[in-house]
Amino acid sequence: MDKRSLISITDLSKEELLRLLELAAWFENNPGQRLLEGRVVATLFFEPSTRTRLSFESAINRLGARVIGFSDAANTSVSKGETLHDTISVITNYCDLIVMRHSLEGAARYASEVARVPVVNAGDGANQHPSQTLLDLYSIQKTQGRLDGLRIMMVGDLKYGRTVHSLLEALSHFDTEFVFVSPPELRMPDEHKRRLDEKGLKYTELAELEGNMDEMDVVYMTRIQKERFNDPMEYERVKNAYVLRREMLRGTRDTMKILHPLPRVGEIATDVDTDPHAYYFQQTRNGVWARMAIICYLLGVKK
Amino acid sequence: MEVRLIENGTVIDHIPPAALFKIITIMGLDRDTEHRMTIGTNLESGRMGSKAIIKITDRYCAAHEIDRIALFAPEARVNTIRDFAVVEKRRVEVPARIEGFVKCANPMCVTNHQPVQTAFEVVAEDGGPAGKVALRCRYCEKITRDFGAKPDTY
Repeated sequence: MDKRSLISITDLSKEELLRLLELAAWFENNPGQRLLEGRVVATLFFEPSTRTRLSFESAINRLGARVIGFSDAANTSVSKGETLHDTISVITNYCDLIVMRHSLEGAARYASEVARVPVVNAGDGANQHPSQTLLDLYSIQKTQGRLDGLRIMMVGDLKYGRTVHSLLEALSHFDTEFVFVSPPELRMPDEHKRRLDEKGLKYTELAELEGNMDEMDVVYMTRIQKERFNDPMEYERVKNAYVLRREMLRGTRDTMKILHPLPRVGEIATDVDTDPHAYYFQQTRNGVWARMAIICYLLGVKK
Repeated sequence: MEVRLIENGTVIDHIPPAALFKIITIMGLDRDTEHRMTIGTNLESGRMGSKAIIKITDRYCAAHEIDRIALFAPEARVNTIRDFAVVEKRRVEVPARIEGFVKCANPMCVTNHQPVQTAFEVVAEDGGPAGKVALRCRYCEKITRDFGAKPDTY
């Protein structure tokens, strides 16, 4: 069988995305499926990311496979100067699938060319993190009951935010209307807007969050990072303009859900957490189902 | 300037003067101490206004060199000369992909930190002048524009 890796969300066709969502739903309803009994999955976290690693390891354990790997490259031969090529060439012989995170962009694509076994990209720098995108998409489908005909607002750092770009890419397969809310210096890049134009999808750009959520089905919040600003005063001004507070949710649709890839810093006030619109903690649970689906799909255990 | 006819070799014509030194680098002519060559630039050209030309004796262009020339000088012509006659006159064609030789502009790209040969998909430059291309890195997926030429290291 041809080896199949998942490096970028654009590696998947619409049909494959839908199939993975179906599988995620199936795993959610049938969680105790030890389909990978006797197999070994390596989780190689060259850069630490506890949340993502635990989510993958939870998925792997639920499938009955064993996990080997490391959560920090400091104690490995990488710190002795071994090349990525050599590390992957060795570890590929110990396992049936590799999940990897690396700080360098393109590291996962390169590893997939070197490895004999499938590679799942669990984040390569600011580039791609397809399992996050799949779990976002699954969360949207699950809470809204559909993917077509939705109004989706994306808020915060739309210029550098990896998750919003990948999610936009995935959602552009569907009949989605977008509203982008960001400070002028962090607007959605033109190349992404052009792609929406080509697909005939509508979008609006706004500078204000408050008062604009009434018609939304999903509000996808992201963190605005301080290091994106040259002027610290500008950051302080902007930061507070994109904080979601509970009283701002009055008048929004009952079915509207607030998503966030987490970690949040201050962009969602804690009083929102207990509001029925808040979905960001349940969203993380969907990550386990999405990752079970990805792993089984790539290994050909579920087609 | 007297530009002699050559008996056998290559004439690269219709090079935009701004691209001349890039092409010299691509072909390694700056380090070539063997082949006789004539390089002229800012010459009059009816079609282009001004142009540059390279004539090299007993040296022929490999396909990958022609691909690379195309990235910088899509209007160039590569003429192969045998016995003082042009035996092949070819327009260069911008390739669909390019491997090695261009450095990815993204400082966080794996190709700039690990011994990985670069690879790019050639894409049309949005909003730029017609025929101008940009390169999308196969690894980090970022666009490299205004790429310089560097001699092959692989």
